[in-house]
Amino acid sequence: MNKKLTLATLWLDGCSGCHMSLVDVDERLIDVAGIYDIVFSPLVDVKEFPENVDVTLLEGAISTDEDVEMVKRVRKSTKTLIAFGDCAVTANVPSMRNQFKVEDVFKRGYLETTPGNDIIPSVNIPKLLEKAYPVHNFVHVDVFLHGCPPSADNIFYTLVEIAEGRTPELSKRARFG
Amino acid sequence: MSSSVKIKTLTIDERQVGAREDQTILDVARENGIKIPTLCSLKGLSAYGGCRMCIVEIAGTPKLLPSCMTTVEEGMVVTTNSDRIKKYRRSLLELYFSERNHVCSVCATNGYCELQSMAQEVEMTHVHFPYMYPQLDIDATHERFILDHNRCISCTRCVRVCDEIEGAHTLDIKDRGIDIRVITDLDHPWGESETCTQCGKCVHVCPTGALIERGKSVGEMSKRKQLLPYLTKMREAHE
Repeated sequence: MNKKLTLATLWLDGCSGCHMSLVDVDERLIDVAGIYDIVFSPLVDVKEFPENVDVTLLEGAISTDEDVEMVKRVRKSTKTLIAFGDCAVTANVPSMRNQFKVEDVFKRGYLETTPGNDIIPSVNIPKLLEKAYPVHNFVHVDVFLHGCPPSADNIFYTLVEIAEGRTPELSKRARFG
Repeated sequence: MSSSVKIKTLTIDERQVGAREDQTILDVARENGIKIPTLCSLKGLSAYGGCRMCIVEIAGTPKLLPSCMTTVEEGMVVTTNSDRIKKYRRSLLELYFSERNHVCSVCATNGYCELQSMAQEVEMTHVHFPYMYPQLDIDATHERFILDHNRCISCTRCVRVCDEIEGAHTLDIKDRGIDIRVITDLDHPWGESETCTQCGKCVHVCPTGALIERGKSVGEMSKRKQLLPYLTKMREAHE
């Protein structure tokens, strides 16, 4: 039997919906587990992003200084980086704040919609970038797996194709939204 | 068809086809089952030539030409789907997505949108250009319909149907290029319009979520595509 590949999954500015869709591959998770060892993920208890990861599913847009740092680290340690879902591919819902200034977004989120609150948190939390960006604005992306969320079928197909050494052909299979 | 109309013979994608001399390449291609992607074109409305998705190559001409605006000529050799055309169509579509705020997942027309399905058709997986994120208004002053400039691709189908079919000419456009906007009356809120007949034709010819019915949530706004062909057919039957 061939040596298993390593798989990392993470979400940055995303809602975890793409990860729900990953879990939605149902009994085929057994097949995935036969091909991949999950070495880093919200689903496993590993704190540091490891070196030499074969495949990374990266969900979410890049919205904070911490996201930028993380995506660079992920890129450095990953052979095949997959922009996982519309937020990673287009910035999608997180980008809806991009029409407004960050100060206005904070005011709306913490003051106007929370009666009685006059504090905008600023300590020990990542700093919001001026806008939310797609992943490929910062690092090279190998595979774009779009959809909100991508279908379980497309996720499974992508993981199998990569494991078989082929390039997944998603342009006709996947759809934005 | 009068007897004075001449017939031309041309080649589209290596197929010999016959056409009336007044037909466009797009018309002839459609008659012969050759699919050319379009966004602004709609059967029953005048040709506009705005979306540029229907560009084709014509042997002997270095420029790509919009097939909806180019009439046939004897001996023309047309290619509708070369790698060069595909690349341009994809880039064009990426520009559409980057120019306004098209967030498919929260759009009322998610699943029914022609821009969204065009992305699949021309195999666009992501946008290479930086997004512009313009701050655009939504006109929700009308009691039945909503005009969302975030989703508008300026195809002018709504303007044409309002003028040519309904005869109201409530809708029009102002400004040019990237500043182009669909307006109602003399750029007054739609709800105050004295010319709008509330027929809703504009909503149903709109290819995206720019024109929707009030109260429709994410993925609920399917468009009645048969509306315009039906009206056109009925009118022809009366003539």
